[in-house]
Amino acid sequence: MEAVAAAAEAREQLRASFASGRTRPAAWRAAQLRGLLRMAAEMEAEICAALRADLAKPRTESYVHEISLVTSSCKFALKNLKKWMKPNKVPAGMLTFPSAARVSAEPLGVVLVISAWNYPFLLAVDPVIGAIAAGNAVVLKPSEVAPATSALLADLLPRYVDGSCVRVVEGGIPETTALLEQKWDKIFYTGNGKVGRIVMSFAAKHLTPVVLELGGKCPVVVDCNVDLHVAAKRIASGKWGCNSGQACISPDYIITTKCFAPKLLDALKRVLDKFYGKEPLRSPDLSRIVNSNHFNRLQALMDEETVADKVVFGGESDEQQLKIAPTLLLDVPLDSTIMKEEIFGPLLPIITVDKIHESFGVINSMSKPLAAYLFSNDSMLKQQFEMNVSAGGMIFNDTAIHLTNPHLPFGGVGESGMGAYHGTFSFDAFAHKKAIVDRSFLGEATARYPPYTPAKLKILKGVLKGNPVAMVQAIAGFPGGA
Amino acid sequence: MGTEAAGELGATVRELREAYEGGRTRSVAWRQAQLRGLLRLLREEEAAAFQALHRDLGKHYAEAYRDEVGVLIKSTNGALQQLGKWMAPERVWVPLIAWPATAQVVPEPLGVVLVFSCWNVPLGLSLEPLIGAIAAGNAVALKPSELSPCTAKFLADNIGKYMDASAVKVVQGGPEVGEQLMEHRWDKVLFTGSPRIARAVMAAASRHLTPVALELGGKCPCIFDGDAMASARDVQVSVNRIIAGKWSSCAGQACIAIDYVLVEERFAPVLIKVLKSTLKRFFPEADHMARIVNERHFKRLSRLLKDKDVAPSVLHGGAMDANNLYIEPTILLNPPLDSAIMTEEIFGPLLPIITVKKIEDSIAFVKAMPKPLAVYAFTRDAALRRRIVDETSSGSVTFNDAVVQYAIDGLPFGGVGQSGFGQYHGKYSFDMFSHKKAVMKRGYLVELSLRYPPWDESKVTLMRYLYRFNYFAFVLSFLGLRR
Repeated sequence: MEAVAAAAEAREQLRASFASGRTRPAAWRAAQLRGLLRMAAEMEAEICAALRADLAKPRTESYVHEISLVTSSCKFALKNLKKWMKPNKVPAGMLTFPSAARVSAEPLGVVLVISAWNYPFLLAVDPVIGAIAAGNAVVLKPSEVAPATSALLADLLPRYVDGSCVRVVEGGIPETTALLEQKWDKIFYTGNGKVGRIVMSFAAKHLTPVVLELGGKCPVVVDCNVDLHVAAKRIASGKWGCNSGQACISPDYIITTKCFAPKLLDALKRVLDKFYGKEPLRSPDLSRIVNSNHFNRLQALMDEETVADKVVFGGESDEQQLKIAPTLLLDVPLDSTIMKEEIFGPLLPIITVDKIHESFGVINSMSKPLAAYLFSNDSMLKQQFEMNVSAGGMIFNDTAIHLTNPHLPFGGVGESGMGAYHGTFSFDAFAHKKAIVDRSFLGEATARYPPYTPAKLKILKGVLKGNPVAMVQAIAGFPGGA
Repeated sequence: MGTEAAGELGATVRELREAYEGGRTRSVAWRQAQLRGLLRLLREEEAAAFQALHRDLGKHYAEAYRDEVGVLIKSTNGALQQLGKWMAPERVWVPLIAWPATAQVVPEPLGVVLVFSCWNVPLGLSLEPLIGAIAAGNAVALKPSELSPCTAKFLADNIGKYMDASAVKVVQGGPEVGEQLMEHRWDKVLFTGSPRIARAVMAAASRHLTPVALELGGKCPCIFDGDAMASARDVQVSVNRIIAGKWSSCAGQACIAIDYVLVEERFAPVLIKVLKSTLKRFFPEADHMARIVNERHFKRLSRLLKDKDVAPSVLHGGAMDANNLYIEPTILLNPPLDSAIMTEEIFGPLLPIITVKKIEDSIAFVKAMPKPLAVYAFTRDAALRRRIVDETSSGSVTFNDAVVQYAIDGLPFGGVGQSGFGQYHGKYSFDMFSHKKAVMKRGYLVELSLRYPPWDESKVTLMRYLYRFNYFAFVLSFLGLRR
């Protein structure tokens, strides 16, 4: 099969390149990162055009959410590269005295990055930055659901980085399967849980470690004591301002109290009017739905019998343009499809509870999401939220922005994934931390060796317990002889 | 497996999940109580532990203390001491653009975790992960290997007595029990054992998106650089340590035991001579070395030796006692490289010595094999040491000793490639069983309206400055003083 042959060839070539040692020196890694920086700068217009073709992504989102994040990621890696590559000394402790211990990062080898369609530039290049910084050779498989960006990456990467060590393989299911059947030193996958399971089961055959960046239903709990206008803006920004809700960390649904819901609804409506105007389907600031599959999926979520009458705002759609207007729904049943699956679109259900604490139960009845958000000024509530809600990440009084902080690990837990990246975590995701011990020939502790005697055991016990007398005895070669 | 047994297992798993959801494993007090209970267990039941290890493996109590009980006591004390520090959220830097805001990484337990341990260090490989899982606040199911049944029973009898029996459970049984356990959803699984079973465990885990850590093995090479020895004493010390790293480590049945030795041709005779004489001194009687765990492994090892292409290379030892499952320390010189003894992990008291023309050739030799859990080298040559670190890949590298890296709890313990992934010991154990949750807290005070649509060019320009942390230009532009 052609796909299989292509996959095997890509892997073999990269294996040879890696074995040659090309990717190890800091100079090579820095050169690639600078190449990516130049690519992001010089090709900004082309990248925005591809994103517009794939998702009708507004230019601002393309710049702010994709290009600028790639740029800052490269810069962060360049700045920290030397530090990351330096071994870390570790106290060796008394047991092995005299000795020196350190932990040194080495590349895993040849890694596979499979990216997603919703942030097709960022989610392809960002992991590659980590892989390169850690000294690996990389195969990138961009999502075929964002074909313009995939083609652009296949065209641009060889022009800006070392093609013998960084390869782009385009394609759909057959090409991805062929790649997954090869043996990699790590697989980094961004996408959904169903395919995540498939990726992990392929990885199991070769004992390949994986990072899975998946999704989930990111809840937003809104308390009544908040600055409503600001909260509404931040919620809207995280939802419709992020690819029209097609983002793994977009607010999926809101939980608020019955008495506060009307005020929240009003605030959201006002904000939406301000952001997108009276005819949101015509606003250039709103992304479209990626394809007709997802359009129909979202339409079906809205049209479901128990849900259709809960639409309180929006609901308009344009199949030609594949656009759906920002839509608010109030109190859909918890067993409706829209509340059971990750929405990944511009529909925002608001669930109401009597007391705000009940929101914890609702959230914890679902699988752990990639992010959870709470708008509140009640520090007790915030503390309890932090303690009792598990998610990849959490923000109080805002949405989505934690992914821009390179000092925070970005990744899921449970159904939302395993492993993390961004900043130093990207480097760590693609490196092996090798433990190195340098022992001296001095300090021969004969107590270690057979034939074992009670006297030796006594010294060993003392040493293991940190008893200094025992240590001296051990090092001085007690109980004598070899 | 009978439906009754399967039902019982289901009830066990449910009880663990209820214990965790109830919240008590989260508190510092609970975690400390479990760790203290473990300490008491190790102290009060030391004799019974030694007995179990002796029955299962013929392990001498000194080896049992040195490699298992003693290390566990040290680790538990370390965890008790460091617990507060490990549990504390870590503040991280926040870029100015997000001001005012704070950001932290907060460790939380994963939930209910499963630890599969192995038969060769049955106490250590069960309890060392347990320490980490508990310190991290999880409920734990421990599945010891049925191939070390006395230790499995020792754990089953005592864990519930000294620790919280509804949140820390021991599940005994064979492979079918392991399979049944993997039908359930866990929040993490740590598996120590062979690559073959590891594949099955990871495949089963993928159905629930359960993250796994695999501690496997490999052929751990030992490079002996005869040229870079300063004296006969250096050679003796090296040999002492090689013997300790092979035969004194459960008769070579250890994932970090020395598997084979690489030495320059001209130094092989000296090495072999000193090995032979030291072996005589260290093992005057059979009971100072562990025995082979069971008949299956005994047969496996005797097959390795009896291979007609291998048998002629036996230089020392080779005697086998099937009744007592005892194989004496055996040295081979240059068995064929394609024989099973040189392609499979030996996991026994047979030491092949492979000669090379130049010691540097040993690096290419090691590189051609799958990545092992440990690489050892005895040499005073700093350049060779550097090359070994840079050019070979393994879980760890230890110079001038073997196996001792296990006891340095500031070092991560784990493999790479075929030797596995995931690391533990010390704080790494805590991290292995934790989720590091990113938490960001913002205020309402400062609102950057340029975040929000409707978009226009001036907003984008402002953002360009901000994202480049060019705050000066940002302020100027914001005030309209710059185009």
